[in-house]
Amino acid sequence: MKNALGRIESVLVLGGGSDIALATVGGLVANRARTVVLAGRNLAAIDAAGNELRSAGAVVTAVEFDALNLESHTNFVNDTWKRFGDFDIVILAFGSLGEQSLDERDPLAAAEVITANFTGAATVGIAVAERLRQQGHGSLVVLSSVAGERVRRANFIYGSAKAGMDGFFLGLGEALRGTGAHVMVVRPGFVHTKMTANLKAAPLAVTPDKIAADILRAISHGSELVWSPPAMRVLMSVLRHLPRVVFRRLPI
Amino acid sequence: MDNSGLPGSVTQELLSGWARTSPSSATVWAPDSSDSIRKHLGDDYPRGIVARGLGRSYGDAAQNAGGHVIDSTANSEILNLDVDRGVVTCEAGVSLATLMQVLVPMGWFPTVIPGTRFVTVGGAIASDIHGKFRHGSFCDYVEQATLTCPTGESFAIGPNETGRSLDAYWATAGGMGLTGVVTEATLRLHEIESAWMLVDTERCNDLDECMARMLDSDDVFRYSVAWIDTMATGASLGRSILERGNHAPRASLDTKHAKLANDYSPRFSIEAPSWFPNKLINKLSVKAFNELWFRKAPKSSKEHIASIVSFFHPLDAVLGWNRIYGSRGFLQYQFVVPYGAESVVRTALERLAALGAPSFLAVLKRFETSNPGLLSFPMPGWTLAVDVPCGISGLAELLDGLDDLVIEAGGRVYLAKDSRLDRSRIEAMYPRINEWRAIQESLDPHGTMQSDLDRRLGLKENSH
Repeated sequence: MKNALGRIESVLVLGGGSDIALATVGGLVANRARTVVLAGRNLAAIDAAGNELRSAGAVVTAVEFDALNLESHTNFVNDTWKRFGDFDIVILAFGSLGEQSLDERDPLAAAEVITANFTGAATVGIAVAERLRQQGHGSLVVLSSVAGERVRRANFIYGSAKAGMDGFFLGLGEALRGTGAHVMVVRPGFVHTKMTANLKAAPLAVTPDKIAADILRAISHGSELVWSPPAMRVLMSVLRHLPRVVFRRLPI
Repeated sequence: MDNSGLPGSVTQELLSGWARTSPSSATVWAPDSSDSIRKHLGDDYPRGIVARGLGRSYGDAAQNAGGHVIDSTANSEILNLDVDRGVVTCEAGVSLATLMQVLVPMGWFPTVIPGTRFVTVGGAIASDIHGKFRHGSFCDYVEQATLTCPTGESFAIGPNETGRSLDAYWATAGGMGLTGVVTEATLRLHEIESAWMLVDTERCNDLDECMARMLDSDDVFRYSVAWIDTMATGASLGRSILERGNHAPRASLDTKHAKLANDYSPRFSIEAPSWFPNKLINKLSVKAFNELWFRKAPKSSKEHIASIVSFFHPLDAVLGWNRIYGSRGFLQYQFVVPYGAESVVRTALERLAALGAPSFLAVLKRFETSNPGLLSFPMPGWTLAVDVPCGISGLAELLDGLDDLVIEAGGRVYLAKDSRLDRSRIEAMYPRINEWRAIQESLDPHGTMQSDLDRRLGLKENSH
């Protein structure tokens, strides 16, 4: 159970290889979280990623989870709860940037990016929400992106999927009000991670540790929406309201 | 799950403790009678069940996330009052406020009352509460109680019973509601001559002076408490106001008070607004308030007449005062350490002041005795209770550090106030917990009694 000062005992990460999620869990474990379950496609890789958490004192288990296999999500969630009991926090951290220039001319490749970022998040999100509702407490932390705040030409498949999932989880959070369960949508800006290693950094780019610190603070505050870094909120609010003719000429 | 079989009202509610932290949702059942509790406590509750009174424990003791919670205030009848012997029998949902309203005009008083009258008898037993009275806690003055267990059994327990009934009593006293549900209790009362208090108030310049005066002269007072200004540091660390009193004998009252000798009529002056900014309670506002409070108290005043409410329950006058801390809530850290470990009290005050934790309410009291309650809090020694808003960075680590000092001194923190203790420290603070676990399991073999406090601290063996 989460205590009055925001300490938690158990956490499940969907997309267990995520740099941001692992940095966040690192903070939770330093704060004495004991049970860590990392779920993802590449079992060996996420199991190895858990070693640092193990040496920090957590009991880490890697389990197989495929965001694209929508049919498997309900069973996956039910099995995971049966095996580990309640989770105080679930971090939904999987996603895929895709390869925009190819995907925008390949319908099925585009669909896969949309499934990885939106549809798969929605199906597993609903299954998780049901468990949180039943256990009467717990937080679902969802990694969205500022890319969904105003969708750009350069990554509109990823951006539109994130826009969808962002709205979906804000709405799910409203639906869960009063049930003891809580949803927190995190909108990171450009983060230096494995996923963005080949991209040119955008303004206000930060490290996963910085995002994790913002997430940890927001968890103890019980926030529902987190911009990270916080200045992103101002920047995006300007970008969002620019006329299209201006927006499309920006070098972003 | 199907709750339609439960007689009485059944609703889904988000529950939290008095400090408004860590809320969770539960199915709240207000039984139509105590008898229904006996009939249905043995039903199948997938995430367990626990009784809740007036929700005054600070943390998560009367919450059960995703499970069932019994609203015991639905069953609140006074069943029998024996004016000659000074004992009252009532349902567990009766509040001490109601009891006082009935008893005080008749010249009787609950022997132990805490800092709020809005607690139920059932909750008082489950937490084995204490107050300004030093000679025992609530469960020392219970003659008998009826415990209903999830096995469907219902039987008398009490300090004068033998065998299993005695064991069950001292597992239930302070057992945080995890041994079953107390449906009824018979309490031994204290005889009073009037509804007034004779109170001595003195200012103390530092902690040593305060403690020395309490040790020197507490024995002429039935009740004593010191209010400590936590913002005072350095040489004036522990600057405090000592308030001690007795029930006023009728002969001591002047004509004005004598006319209203048995008049007990608590009134509510204010209700706190429902919304407060999170930063309202800060170092500056508290410092100003504490200074005012300290200056307002007379340097020394002897035997002034005070009402029961103003002496025992000044905060009850502001309904919902817990909301002033804003949406993030607060916590109360209360520990007891044996005599000889005064330095722990000093260190706690020093560290909280150094962190800049603003606190109005630091209350220092003493206990002269302990009882056989396996999870009871009181022990002979000093008990300090401090309210702190939750949002202060470094608070978690600071309190962990204090926990270690408390354990080293042979003390413990109070479970009815706790909302943040680490489970690894429970056994050191409550060394008889394994005896408690054995009795608890015999009363509740299928683990039906569950609460968020238990989930968080692992009080029961193998609990999740």
